[in-house]
Amino acid sequence: MCAKFVSRSLLVFMISVCFSDLLKAQTVGKTAPFVAVHNGGMIILFIVVTVFLAAVIFLKLKTSEAISTAKKKKQGDEEGRLKQYISNMDSKQIEEFIQYKQNQKKQHDTPGNGANKMLLILFFLAVSLLFNQSIYAQPSGKNIASILGNTGVIITIILILIPILLGIVLMIIKVKNVIKQYNRKQNIEEAEKLAAFLKILPDDTIEETLIKRKAALDYKLLNNELSGQLKAEDEKGLININTNSTLPVVAIKKKALKRPNIDAQLSRLILWYIGCATFWLLFGTTIGEYLGIKFVAPDVDHLSWLSFGRLRPVHTNVVFWGWASLGMLGLGYYIVPTVSNTSLASIKKGWLTLILINASVVAGTLCLMAGINNSGGEYREYTWPVMLLFAIGLVLTLINFLQTVAKRKTKEIYISNWYMIAAVIFAIIIVLVAYIPFWSNGLGDTIVQGYYMHQGVGMWFMLFTLGIVYYMLPQQLNKPIYSYSLGILAFWTQILFYTLIGTHHFVFSAIPWWLQTVAIAGSAGMIIPVVAGTTNFLMTFKGAWYKIAGSYTLPFFLVGILFYFTGSMQGTAEAFRTANLYWHFTDFTVAHSHLTMYGIICFFVWAGIYAVVPRITGKEPPQITVGAHFWLALIGLLFYTVPLMYGSTIKGMMWMQGKPFIDGVVFMAPYWLWRAIGGSLMWVSHLFFAYNIYKMLAGSAVADVKDIALEKLKNEQNDFGIIE
Amino acid sequence: MELFNNHKKLFGTAALFFAGLTILVAILPALHMQNNNAVLPNSEPLSPEAAKGKELYIANGCIGCHTQQVRNVDMDKVWGSRPSIAADYAGDHRQDFWRNTATLLGSERTGPDLTNVGNRQASKEWNLVHLYNPRIVVPQSIMPAYPWLFEIKNEPAKGDIIVNIPAEYLEGDTGKVVATKEAMQLVAYLLSLKQTILPDGSAAPAFLYKKDTKGGGSAGSKELNGVALYTANCQSCHQENGEGLKGAFPPLKGSKVVLNDNAELMVNIIMNGYSGRIQEGFGPMPPVGTMNNLSAEEISAIMNHEKSSWGNNAKPVTPEEIKKLMDVVKTSPQK
Repeated sequence: MCAKFVSRSLLVFMISVCFSDLLKAQTVGKTAPFVAVHNGGMIILFIVVTVFLAAVIFLKLKTSEAISTAKKKKQGDEEGRLKQYISNMDSKQIEEFIQYKQNQKKQHDTPGNGANKMLLILFFLAVSLLFNQSIYAQPSGKNIASILGNTGVIITIILILIPILLGIVLMIIKVKNVIKQYNRKQNIEEAEKLAAFLKILPDDTIEETLIKRKAALDYKLLNNELSGQLKAEDEKGLININTNSTLPVVAIKKKALKRPNIDAQLSRLILWYIGCATFWLLFGTTIGEYLGIKFVAPDVDHLSWLSFGRLRPVHTNVVFWGWASLGMLGLGYYIVPTVSNTSLASIKKGWLTLILINASVVAGTLCLMAGINNSGGEYREYTWPVMLLFAIGLVLTLINFLQTVAKRKTKEIYISNWYMIAAVIFAIIIVLVAYIPFWSNGLGDTIVQGYYMHQGVGMWFMLFTLGIVYYMLPQQLNKPIYSYSLGILAFWTQILFYTLIGTHHFVFSAIPWWLQTVAIAGSAGMIIPVVAGTTNFLMTFKGAWYKIAGSYTLPFFLVGILFYFTGSMQGTAEAFRTANLYWHFTDFTVAHSHLTMYGIICFFVWAGIYAVVPRITGKEPPQITVGAHFWLALIGLLFYTVPLMYGSTIKGMMWMQGKPFIDGVVFMAPYWLWRAIGGSLMWVSHLFFAYNIYKMLAGSAVADVKDIALEKLKNEQNDFGIIE
Repeated sequence: MELFNNHKKLFGTAALFFAGLTILVAILPALHMQNNNAVLPNSEPLSPEAAKGKELYIANGCIGCHTQQVRNVDMDKVWGSRPSIAADYAGDHRQDFWRNTATLLGSERTGPDLTNVGNRQASKEWNLVHLYNPRIVVPQSIMPAYPWLFEIKNEPAKGDIIVNIPAEYLEGDTGKVVATKEAMQLVAYLLSLKQTILPDGSAAPAFLYKKDTKGGGSAGSKELNGVALYTANCQSCHQENGEGLKGAFPPLKGSKVVLNDNAELMVNIIMNGYSGRIQEGFGPMPPVGTMNNLSAEEISAIMNHEKSSWGNNAKPVTPEEIKKLMDVVKTSPQK
């Protein structure tokens, strides 16, 4: 009976919906040709129709489900079904039933019932009416199709649609409730029948089986089936419980493992590299921060040595050659001998490289501030005598690394050494090509400039840091690299494609068109090494993702890997000719170079430093300041890059529309402010980093109560011995 | 594999691979480029003063924000009448044994392109004021100020070039601002930056990615945007409010020349420049219309903007009138 009512009301409902759809189609057809409706209007109509359809289908499914269950209950072997209920009883139910049976002869009772079938029909009618009205409300204006294209109208329609759609959702919830209530009623009816059935059930046999069943259901394991009865003992010293800990402010991360075998002299060299790098990071980014401020307040000072044009290359060169290069080399001096399973060929050459590179950066900075600039091309602002110091340093390092690899105790050359040593070789070639003062002249020098600046980034920084990751990431995850062959593929394809892409900085310029095309094709080819590298690193994480939560180095690696993918792919996207129209010459390039040099290189170098330094010194940085460093750097980078990318895209479009140049400058002002804010966060993160370095180098190790107590006993024993 | 386990072979191969590609993609194209390039026949070499200015341009990192390349794309038309070609840079050589060739093409346009700035911004006075502090003439500018290229003298010597700087930019100093030798050299370099006209018979490369010109081309349309044209061609001296700059650039607001119903003098000044008010301390005006190849339609749009803004209320002009006047003033230039 009920099912009939439901199906009838559903029919009424469906018809009214169909009818309203028909009506709607008619009104649209009458007022204007459907084609005239603007895209926006079309999309809205489409969404509305889709939602209505979805609602109708949902309701149809729900009701037919209810009907079919009701039908099922009506038909079939009732007794069998009721018996099924009994065998499905759980332990508690059985207990209650047995108790009931025992008390049965004393009492009888029956539950009542009540339902209102009319309510259901009334509800469906009301809903369908409401539904109709909501559809009429939408095309209420007669000429709506012609003005649908108007933005204001679209906004208004959307505003109106919000409550309507909300109404539909509410209606669906209501209908669901009605169906639920109906089902509940059905179940109660069923329960009555079951109760009656249980009352007349023959006692003994059923009771016996039920008691047995209850015992089976109540069965539980003793919890010592696997461990046995023996007392627990930690024979291998794996468990270490710190009973002294209070509630920590930040999660306790895994401590670095001590490596007692590192040569003390080598340790000192590496720490000096990292210390110098940290100094140059602070110095270089302080200048960068100041330059960011100058975009917002150009009259902050009027000194020639601090003017924007002179400081900009100071910033870029210091963070390149001072911070990133020294940081990488410091890690390289740790990794190259380690993976060769031998000692470094010459500590002395290592010191010489450090001195030469530092001298080069100091001299270069002073030259640039005094107005001695090589050519104005990016990262080639140091003159060749200054860069010669850097190049000699690299040659010494190359000899040192090669000699170390030559006396390696392993058969194969581990892949990280491929990347790092190749990076040093390529950097030397790049510097030679760009700086030998006898050959390039005129516009040819601009081709060399494009080659130099991009190879500097891709073949020196990127290749070297990839080498660091190929050693450090598996080491920190305590599992091998996912695929050695992917690493080899990425290595050779990186050389093949990256070398070609220099001229993509001069698309649409007077440089030969074919060379620009080669560069763009090479940029597209970079997809291969980047995808290979990213896959390799992420698959190495596979099965060890949980380790990120317990490590303070792995988050740095992960961010670096993500930016390696996004930053590099963004570079490919920027190289295309159409992308050059709106992005070239704008701050998009600045955002891109920070996304890559900072997001990839800096994060990888930091990860490496946090992994290596505690191993050498045995002192951990405070976790809370490592966290502050990580989050400020990451959030700062996003504040820096995202507004710049957004703003400069719009600025490029303004240029394309032929707006006066100064309009673009005015437009960028808020985005430059955001950049300065993001830059400030990054800068503060470097203060935390420097503090962490200080703590890892000079901080006092946490006093270990047991150590001190043993020391005391030993001393007492010694004193006693002396007295004796 | 032998290659992978022998460090000499492995790193030797990698080095050769990289060096080979370097030769193919950088060294050979560079050599070819620099050995097969010559200056245009009618291009003027830099004067010794301008050459010194170019060194200052490099030393102060101007390249960081200013490009010198008109790309062969439609949007770059505002920076020059034709795309830049290799020959335009043929006069740019190694600076000396110590320093490479300047990368004048640049890679960032935080400031405007300077390929043709000698034509676009031909006033020496404006350039000097702008260098002292760009915000005097372009309030929205974020370019650095270069006051160290100027001296403050209480009693300027004869022959000193005095730059009229508004008092609020002098930071309390009371003397006269005198341009140093360096400032003059830098300005000389900037003024020398003009696009050379290609010799007869040689076609310039085409501008690519043209805008869709739906519904009426720009040439036939009378509704050119006078405000935008004024911003691009006149505003840096005469300012957005038309009041000019005291002691440097005369106001257009209430100007007799602008309000005159006979437009001949105004057209003459735009096309041929003007030095009639030097005695009052104003700098000479360069022939903006001629240097920027403005059409009669563009000039009449600018003039109508000037004649109807800032309280000015003069009779508007038509492009046809201006076309005629342009022909008249061509034969009788203003002295």
